[in-house]
Amino acid sequence: MDWMAWTLPTALFFIAIAAMLFGMSLLHMKYPSVARIGVLGIETMRGDRLFISLLGSGFINLAWIGLVDAPQYGALIICGIFAFCVFRWV
Amino acid sequence: MEKTVNQRAWFLVLPVLVLVAFSSVIPMMTVVNYSFQDSFGGNEFFWVGLEWYQELLRSGRLWDAFGRQLLFSSIILAIEIPLGILVALSMPKKGWAASVCLVLMALPLLIPYNVVGTIWQVFGRADIGLLGRTLSDLGISYNYAQNAFDAWVTVIAMDVWHWTSLVALLAYAGLRSIPSAYYQAAEIDQASRWSVFRYIELPKMRGVLIIAILLRFMDSFMIYTEPFVLTGGGPGNSTTFLSIDLVKMALGQFDLGPAAAFSLMYFLVILLISYVFYTVMITIDKDEAKA
Repeated sequence: MDWMAWTLPTALFFIAIAAMLFGMSLLHMKYPSVARIGVLGIETMRGDRLFISLLGSGFINLAWIGLVDAPQYGALIICGIFAFCVFRWV
Repeated sequence: MEKTVNQRAWFLVLPVLVLVAFSSVIPMMTVVNYSFQDSFGGNEFFWVGLEWYQELLRSGRLWDAFGRQLLFSSIILAIEIPLGILVALSMPKKGWAASVCLVLMALPLLIPYNVVGTIWQVFGRADIGLLGRTLSDLGISYNYAQNAFDAWVTVIAMDVWHWTSLVALLAYAGLRSIPSAYYQAAEIDQASRWSVFRYIELPKMRGVLIIAILLRFMDSFMIYTEPFVLTGGGPGNSTTFLSIDLVKMALGQFDLGPAAAFSLMYFLVILLISYVFYTVMITIDKDEAKA
């Protein structure tokens, strides 16, 4: 696996993503998701909202890197708020 | 009767999971790992954190290539979609002529990308190419290897030549699926040709046109081979699109870290656009099912 150049932070990142997917699957088995139409006007399930949150978080992090000279934790806080808003209103 | 639930059926998905893991998930993970590290060869890597992302996002190189890419895709869509519809509307509806047209329209799609680039490279040359020589003889200054505007015109003309027929074939399929009762009703109402197009043909083609726009946008957004063969990204960097720049960085300069960061940002943009198109298509499908 040396050729994959693993590091602890990147491994933790992928473990977090995998844990989210696994957790969402368990949640869906216990409490099946119901489609709803939110502020974007599109029908979303819980998995769609997670996808939108992760995709949006990617762009928030890139914008933070490109525009702000501050530790990346700031972007993480914004991503948390963004994900909350997506799960609440989208 | 109670339905039997057998979770062992999940094992049937295993081959696909393995295939996807090896073809995309593992390479993607590797790219993520590379994007945070620097390498001087010998499979040795050094952690650099967000340095490559900062360098790329704050340099003009990425934004210039991104701007050129967006401009190219916009021009391509603005030309190929209306032209494809126009060609589809002009094609014979039945008989041997329809078959001949379909075969002719499919021909450019069968030509490999690098061959298309080579054809246009020769076609545009002022000394031996039909287009270049004709323009020179007419007194029009044209040289795609030295003039950025000429290079853009040639790259766009090449893409239009190669891919408009795909839009035309999709639009033609959409047109053929319209029941004749619609046309009969329009005739009874003495609807003009424009009204038939605007209120019958265009709405009925909406689904296939969305697919055509999606396909053409995605394909033009990752275009590499044709402009690379034709202009090599030049003159200067005038036709260096995102994928050409990425390959220069990854294979030309062997900057694995910056190239990995570049490709991840490229991937995020494509993912966003694909999701938007996918959502639009699903919404249209649901609307049509309700109607």
